[in-house]
Amino acid sequence: MLDLKGYGPELLDGAVITIELAFLSLAVSVTLGLIGASSKLSSNRLARGVATAYTTLIRGVPDLVMMLLFYYGGQVAVNNLSDLLWEAYEIDFFFQFDPFISGVVTIGLIFGAYMTETFRGAFLAVETGQIEAARAYGFTRWHTFRRIIFPQMLRHALPGIGNNWQVLLKTTALVSIIGLTDMVRVAEEAAKAERMPFHFFIPVAFVYLALTAGSELFIKWLDKRANVGVVQGG
Amino acid sequence: MADQAPLICRDIHKTFDKLEVLKGISLETRKGDVVSLIGSSGSGKSTFLRCINLLETPTSGDIIVHGDPIRFTTNRKGERIPADNKQVELIRAKLSMVFQSFNLWSHMTVLENIIEAPVNVLKVPKKEAIERAEAYLQKVGIYERKDYYPAQMSGGQQQRAAIARALAMEPEVMLFDEPTSALDPELVGEVLKVMQSLAEEGRTMIVVTHEMAFARDVSTQVLFLHQGVIEEQGTPEKVFDHPESERMKQFLAPNF
Repeated sequence: MLDLKGYGPELLDGAVITIELAFLSLAVSVTLGLIGASSKLSSNRLARGVATAYTTLIRGVPDLVMMLLFYYGGQVAVNNLSDLLWEAYEIDFFFQFDPFISGVVTIGLIFGAYMTETFRGAFLAVETGQIEAARAYGFTRWHTFRRIIFPQMLRHALPGIGNNWQVLLKTTALVSIIGLTDMVRVAEEAAKAERMPFHFFIPVAFVYLALTAGSELFIKWLDKRANVGVVQGG
Repeated sequence: MADQAPLICRDIHKTFDKLEVLKGISLETRKGDVVSLIGSSGSGKSTFLRCINLLETPTSGDIIVHGDPIRFTTNRKGERIPADNKQVELIRAKLSMVFQSFNLWSHMTVLENIIEAPVNVLKVPKKEAIERAEAYLQKVGIYERKDYYPAQMSGGQQQRAAIARALAMEPEVMLFDEPTSALDPELVGEVLKVMQSLAEEGRTMIVVTHEMAFARDVSTQVLFLHQGVIEEQGTPEKVFDHPESERMKQFLAPNF
């Protein structure tokens, strides 16, 4: 039986943090992705410009650099702002960057950019005839979006969302760098203290593997549901 | 008025960028009219049909649906746009369209396709909409396919489902945009037969078509369009048997 030298409960807590982090970041990134894709496809030039700047910036900078910049740089920015507000207006404003929130925001921002591209492609893949039929039958814009565009877009987006999710899940390991006691961080400490890297990192690897394999099955199931009415092959 | 014209179009022009596709088309229908729009590709007949329900906004001209003129305004770029989206939605619900490539919503079953607009646009209670849908599916002869998805059916069956979807709106006028052009030759007949039975019931229809036999036998009015203008217009007998325009004569002459 695997003996975790008393680190078991801590590793378990770390695993829970990893999962929470991943799901919250996913929610942030999907929201940002939908907003980003709508902006990129909008006729408003400002919206298109902002969205393009966002995806270009995020996709061009390494995740780790983003995270360090946001966590350390963000804190410095808050400190400066706090000093400024106090000196100028005597407003007492301060908050401490929490590694968990920083992690969620950074990972959400990073994957929001990838989701933007995924959703943009998916929206474009919806046949114009499908939308035209909705308009020709007197649907409002919102009704057309909700009943026709969104469900059909989802078909095209799901494989991309699945891919992004798997990468996102693994990216959560980076937050151990900024001091969040996720599963990786606990394993690292334990491995150092006990001088048994295999003993701690292999179980961690298996937890990630279980999570990704499980989500793959779930996404397959979702994909099957979303593709109802599509004849495969042929 | 009891017998108000279901649809009147006056002097419709449509310009895309600098290309003038429609150069003043007018059309007046009476209830029960079947109007066939014929002409070669690029003559503007589909564009005209799409202007009627505002899938394209006419550059100028009036459209009056059952006495209700569509209101237009001009946007900041100087383009003409409909003034009131609510009015457009209402009018579209009275002019249901059948498309060349069917455009059934692929993520819904046939029955769901048919009840979607009546339930959500016309606010018909769902139970009633289903009964209505089933009756129309019987009529077009695909009742037993009601729980199929569009992709599981032949083109002819899909187009008949699309006709049932149009009928379920109980429209003032039905617009058909080349309804048989995307079909295999052996499936054309089943769709034309359904359309003929609708014409016999006295439904007002405007049909863009390449099926000359249908235009000749079923319509009450034929419009021959050429380069954005009406070259020839009248009863099928007049247009087909005694055409005045040279273009119409050429169009009818079989050239091999």
